[in-house]
Amino acid sequence: MGMESRQLRYYEIIRLIISLISVMLAVAASIAFGVTDIPLSAVWESFAGGNGSNDHLVIQTTRVPRAFIAASAGASLAVAGALMQVITSNPIASPSTLGVNSGAVFFIVLAAGWLDLSGLQALTWVALLGAAISGCIVFALGSIGRDGMTPVKITLAGASMAAFFYSLTQGMMLSDGKMFDQVLVWLVGSVAGRDMNQLEAVWPYMGAGMLIALFLSRKLSVLSMGDDIARSLGQNIVYIKISAAAAVILLAGASVAVAGPIAFIGIIIPHVVRFFVGTDYRWIVPYCAVLGAFLLISADLGSRYIAMPKEVPVGVMTALLGVPFFIYIARKGGRTS
Amino acid sequence: MSKLKTIRSGRFGVSLLLDKRTVRISTLLFVLCAGLIVISTALGSRYIAPVSVVKALVGMADPADQLIVEKLRLPRIIIGLLVGASLAVSGAILQGIIRNPLASPDVAGITEGASFGAVLFIFVFMDTVSIHWMPIAAILGAFAVTALLYLLAWKKGVSPLRLVLIGIGISAAVKSISYMLIISGPLQLAERSLTFMTGSIYGASWDKDVITLLPWVAVLLPIAWLQARKVNIQMLGDDVAGSAGARVQKGRLLLLMLSVSLAGSAVAIGGAISFIGLMAPHMARKLTGPSFGNVLPVSALLGAIILVGADLIARTAFLPRDVPAGVFTAAIGAPFFMFLLYRSRDRF
Repeated sequence: MGMESRQLRYYEIIRLIISLISVMLAVAASIAFGVTDIPLSAVWESFAGGNGSNDHLVIQTTRVPRAFIAASAGASLAVAGALMQVITSNPIASPSTLGVNSGAVFFIVLAAGWLDLSGLQALTWVALLGAAISGCIVFALGSIGRDGMTPVKITLAGASMAAFFYSLTQGMMLSDGKMFDQVLVWLVGSVAGRDMNQLEAVWPYMGAGMLIALFLSRKLSVLSMGDDIARSLGQNIVYIKISAAAAVILLAGASVAVAGPIAFIGIIIPHVVRFFVGTDYRWIVPYCAVLGAFLLISADLGSRYIAMPKEVPVGVMTALLGVPFFIYIARKGGRTS
Repeated sequence: MSKLKTIRSGRFGVSLLLDKRTVRISTLLFVLCAGLIVISTALGSRYIAPVSVVKALVGMADPADQLIVEKLRLPRIIIGLLVGASLAVSGAILQGIIRNPLASPDVAGITEGASFGAVLFIFVFMDTVSIHWMPIAAILGAFAVTALLYLLAWKKGVSPLRLVLIGIGISAAVKSISYMLIISGPLQLAERSLTFMTGSIYGASWDKDVITLLPWVAVLLPIAWLQARKVNIQMLGDDVAGSAGARVQKGRLLLLMLSVSLAGSAVAIGGAISFIGLMAPHMARKLTGPSFGNVLPVSALLGAIILVGADLIARTAFLPRDVPAGVFTAAIGAPFFMFLLYRSRDRF
């Protein structure tokens, strides 16, 4: 096939390296800046072997987990969005617009609040289950009818599913007498106040989702040209779509379990990446991961300053960034290229 | 033609066709609504026998019951009726002019805009300005969002579909701004604002809520009814309406303003109660057919019944928890929306 013979060009590698360096710089900034600014030298000392000072404590228990959670969730959500946009051929598909995130949240809140389930592993599985159920319903509703799956139908199905789970979640938490800031974490998503254990519990699922996405990437390039073309090129599109959907559920469910329903990363990043690297999903998938991580870390950094000294959950920031983008794409209409 | 009754006045530019069947259905719904009011007044953390409820309504029950009925339950039910009816009519107008069965004030982001206006009011003017001005703030918020929606969805005319998609985006943005406002403010306002954003008629009172909302409903509902002819012609689509001599875009804008005002004033008091504006008009059209003069009164009654019923379940089913009514309207409404999507599956 033509695609396999394509040579890796130097500038593509350099570009990826630059992106990775940007992520590392963002992580460093995320560790250093916040309500208490920490000099970068202290950050370095802390990694070299902390001395138990206040700065080092803040770094190790708060800042580092926070930066890593933002990076993992951002990467997962961006890749999940890219996969969803291909399999639904809908430019505004993402885990949040199609209700996958809200399904996962609802199941977590239900399990933790009303069924007294606890344990990180158990809750992660509950999140995956919620993401799967919600995703399947939306997918089924979006595919019925004479014309099969259309972008409009699946968007509307996703929006109604999201509204449904969102209201139930909100109602459960409010009637439970939860404090406002706790409620908000599960309504818009936040990466603050978590520890490394929570991230470690979901890493295997995120990793599995990423691997599936990378493994499928060449087939996704073909599928993105349309179902008919992919079929005539001998691709088994049912198999590709089901595997990609499984990856979406792993990535989105695991992100929600650790960071709540952070929205719009899955819409913004794939479009930006396609603009820069074209249509080859062997590049799109890794770039989505890298830039998704970068965007969420930066948004989280911004969220510390916008209402100083209070912190805004990062989900609010991503929504504010993402909506203009969403509207631009909705106005343009049409299918993904 | 004996099935129809005509109400016409050339001087006010008013013309209505009233179906006799609609009168029968409305009467039936009215009785149902009255029954629901009595049941809803009777049930709660303290049960009051229906006979005492009726006595209390005419002011002859024993003092304890009288107090509960008069000060606690009745204002809440009246607010439920008013808010439910306004939202339903707002949705009926919107579905008529957007010609999309899936349109409603909440799907289009209008309720979200109104609740943002109200949250802003709570945070900025609560201490200095009377609460009676809150509907103005909510209506202004709703108008601002609608204007933005119209502007962004405009591309040589407004396509219904783009309107819905962009509405989804705008409501997400507005919601985020509300959250930001809430976080940066004091905690006691936070709880209140969040409940407000879900939609709840908990703690409604005569002098604050009923008095504030009643004038709006009393003025806007009759105006909407008298505009029935204009909604009917909008439902024919741009080309037919235009060739029948209607000024399509201008008429649409006026009706939109009416719909937005109704939704805005309802949200100011009841919060962002969702999906009533979607469900009630559909049920009404099923019962009466598409003519708007018939759809409006039936939708209003159905909207009132849905909200009072939802609130009854919300405050009694999980005692001692008082769940916001908006949770229940969404729990019924979202599956209803999916059902509509299923029914119109070949259209999109």
